[in-house]
Amino acid sequence: MKRFAFDFENELINLESEIDRLKSIKQLSKEDSRKLEELEKIYSEVYRKTYSNLTPWNRVQLARHPYRPTSLFYINRLFKGLQEIKADRRYPDDLSLVCFIGEYKGKKTAIAGIEKGADSRERQKRRFGMPLPEGYYKFIRLLEIAEQLKIPVITFVDTPGAYPGIEAEEKGQALAIARSIQKMLFVKVPTVSFVIGEGGSGGAIALACADRIYVLENAYYSVISPEGCASILFHDEKRAPEAAELLKLTADDLFKLKLIHGIVKEPLGSAYRHPEETLRNIDKTLENALQEISSKDVEQLLKERHQFFINIDRNINNLVK
Amino acid sequence: MNDRIKTNLKEDILWLKCSNCKEFIFKRIFEENLKVCPICGFHYRIGAYERIEMTFDDGIRGFKSLFEDIVSKDILGFTTSEPYSLTLEKNREKSGVKEAVIVGTGKVKGYEIAAIIFDFNFMGGSMGFGVGERIIRIFNYASQKKLPVFAFIASGGARMQEGMVSLYQMPRTIIAVEKFKEETRLPYVSIFLNPTTGGVLASFAYLADYIAAEPNALIGFAGPRVIEKTIGRKLPERFQRSEFLLEKGLIDKIVRRNEIRDFVSWWCRS
Ligand SMILES: [Zn+2]
Repeated sequence: MKRFAFDFENELINLESEIDRLKSIKQLSKEDSRKLEELEKIYSEVYRKTYSNLTPWNRVQLARHPYRPTSLFYINRLFKGLQEIKADRRYPDDLSLVCFIGEYKGKKTAIAGIEKGADSRERQKRRFGMPLPEGYYKFIRLLEIAEQLKIPVITFVDTPGAYPGIEAEEKGQALAIARSIQKMLFVKVPTVSFVIGEGGSGGAIALACADRIYVLENAYYSVISPEGCASILFHDEKRAPEAAELLKLTADDLFKLKLIHGIVKEPLGSAYRHPEETLRNIDKTLENALQEISSKDVEQLLKERHQFFINIDRNINNLVK
Repeated sequence: MNDRIKTNLKEDILWLKCSNCKEFIFKRIFEENLKVCPICGFHYRIGAYERIEMTFDDGIRGFKSLFEDIVSKDILGFTTSEPYSLTLEKNREKSGVKEAVIVGTGKVKGYEIAAIIFDFNFMGGSMGFGVGERIIRIFNYASQKKLPVFAFIASGGARMQEGMVSLYQMPRTIIAVEKFKEETRLPYVSIFLNPTTGGVLASFAYLADYIAAEPNALIGFAGPRVIEKTIGRKLPERFQRSEFLLEKGLIDKIVRRNEIRDFVSWWCRS
């Protein structure tokens, strides 16, 4: 089977294929078994070389990796007794944005995730994680339920952007996003957001105006896709790697700019090779975040949530020479 | 597709040719008609100060521009063929404004208002830190002085040269709008001009109490070319235009340029 590989992973993937091939041979010749030994010896070095010093573009690639765990992987593993919240009551359910009430460490929690789908059939069904207005209105419904029950809200963001289509425009995509941001900024319960893969512009921030905002180490969060930026700047989408560099869209850059609260580490090789460890890191981060914010009274919580956004200039001015 | 409107009429000395209806029109009449074609009614794009001149009592002299010292800076070190700081300088020279939005106060038919006026000539009216901050300040100011807010929007969306700082102007401006709504019982009215798109439309602009648009303005979250690329076919002619949005229930009213003063003053009356 030909494995999926981005350019920077080619050497490693070829090596892995060769090792697998040799291992599958029942009676290895002396020469082949010596070869296998040699390949296994260099394997860890090649692995380390591949995933150390990733460029911003490499991280964008990893954020989009087809095997990277999607929102439902984390949701199904972190929460118990999930009850799905379906649709906005005006249009049929938007499968690209999923909402639940579940339990986190024994406590009721509201959960939302933008879901890309794990295989190609799922991806079609879920529009590759590009929500329609009714998806955002369903999310607003979830926030209202959370407010009624006085339970925290956890969101998982993984979207190339809100869906750009005729139907979406006719139903007021822009207003749906504005309302979603507004509701999230003023919801009277604690909120935590994780950008787990792609944080594509307005479609992503609609679910990411939380008390605590975390971005995974190999996720990205950006005002525009690197391709979109490159096509405006250079009239050439292929120069997306340069645009990715300019946009300061990695977790590391965003944390330095103080635009997010923290980075969730991924093991060397990224979440698609280490979903369990990544899950554990999210779990730890979430537990700590909820501990920090759950005890605050609502007024204080909202004040601090707003201050975080309003005061970004203080941090920025410190950075501008 | 009539996506990009030619804003510069081919100039003769006395006569102009309308790029929409191709008719020749007398230049003086075109100016008197607030840069709307007297024959076909096509609304030409105008700069922020032209808008101020034709909207306020005593025009520009009757308008007090506020928070002029707040402007965007090159936060990220965004350098392509030129540094972003130079792009900002060039746009200041080209457009005659220091930022893509002018905010301030003035009187319309005797009523004092706070106004947000975008200038599309400055980097496509894009919203970065400077634009967002000016909007926040004017909402706070209007709240203190008890003034209604009128926003004249013309924007391509968020300004990519400031990265996520630009995207964060969406929540920032929304917080300012909500604070204004909480602290006053005064109207906030948006008027969408050509074009109103992206992160500006999807934040404070759409959260007004009442939304009007000039005729034939392009209004939408995603740009027409992005949508065409996604769906793989051409879009219908009127799609994302003011009249289409009114039909779909996405705006309240279409206001022609010569009706704007009456429209604004109506909302100021108690
Ligand atoms: Zn005409």
